[in-house]
Amino acid sequence: MQRVIVPGLLAVAALMFARAPYLIDAAPYESTMGLVQKIFYFHVPAAMTSMLSAFVCGIASVLYLWRRRPAADHTALAGAELVVVFGVIALVTGPLWARKAWGVWWQWGDARLTITFVMWMIFVAYLLLRRFGGPGSEVMSAAVGLFGMALVPFVYLSVNFWRTIHPTTDVVRSLPPEMAWPFRWSIVAFVLFYAALVLVRVRLERQRLALDEAYAALEE
Amino acid sequence: MRVTGTLVRVVAVALGLAVVAAVGVLAQEPQTQFVPADTLPQETLPATPLVFAAYAFAWVALVGYVFALWRKIGRVERELADVRSALARRQG
Repeated sequence: MQRVIVPGLLAVAALMFARAPYLIDAAPYESTMGLVQKIFYFHVPAAMTSMLSAFVCGIASVLYLWRRRPAADHTALAGAELVVVFGVIALVTGPLWARKAWGVWWQWGDARLTITFVMWMIFVAYLLLRRFGGPGSEVMSAAVGLFGMALVPFVYLSVNFWRTIHPTTDVVRSLPPEMAWPFRWSIVAFVLFYAALVLVRVRLERQRLALDEAYAALEE
Repeated sequence: MRVTGTLVRVVAVALGLAVVAAVGVLAQEPQTQFVPADTLPQETLPATPLVFAAYAFAWVALVGYVFALWRKIGRVERELADVRSALARRQG
């Protein structure tokens, strides 16, 4: 089943990514920021996918702490790794946009930027724990994944709660149709691509577990 | 003894860096007057390289991750096939 789903998701996502630059190019310039605002069409979907992945990791971590099923642990690990991958895209494209729009690469006083960076660091810590934590690190990292997920609402709502130079969440809701269409297109492409990557990453962990079991059987 | 020597070296390097930073600050010439502009200064930072860099980074990161993932899966599945065949040979 997965041998059909993953190539299908990847093919649709690849076609959508191939079409995305044309749609983004056709979208109108924003009135105050001009061309640089077009970074928005990849920056925000990458950030949203990163937050989605944090939820996947957090929920899978809860399930692992509750039932101790390896599948939940594999999903949590895949989710954490993809938070870091999509998060780094958001964290790099954001400053490139900010340099032109705000005149600075980064603003530590900005709640959205700082909390996003802290969340990303938590998932980097998750991966380091898995890499170097040794036996039993699955349980500790599940707790870390849970804390990472708990930060997601703060990341999302920070622009509405605190005074910040980052645009608020209302921007997305108020997009005119000619800007909303390429934006939604990019979000769907990112989410489909993400779904395929999660499935592949879980499969890698499943195969690693099977390899460990095979080595153990060989040594008996 | 070795710890003390390392500590002394760390403190010496820190002091050296502090002196360099202080000299750099003192070497800056302070502004002595404000000159009014005739026109508003023009924005000189072009947007195109920033947009290009953002999209290029996103593509490289995603393609790089997919490539790394594919290599890892290939390696693990080959190793798994080898171990399983060794196991089958031993049992058979």
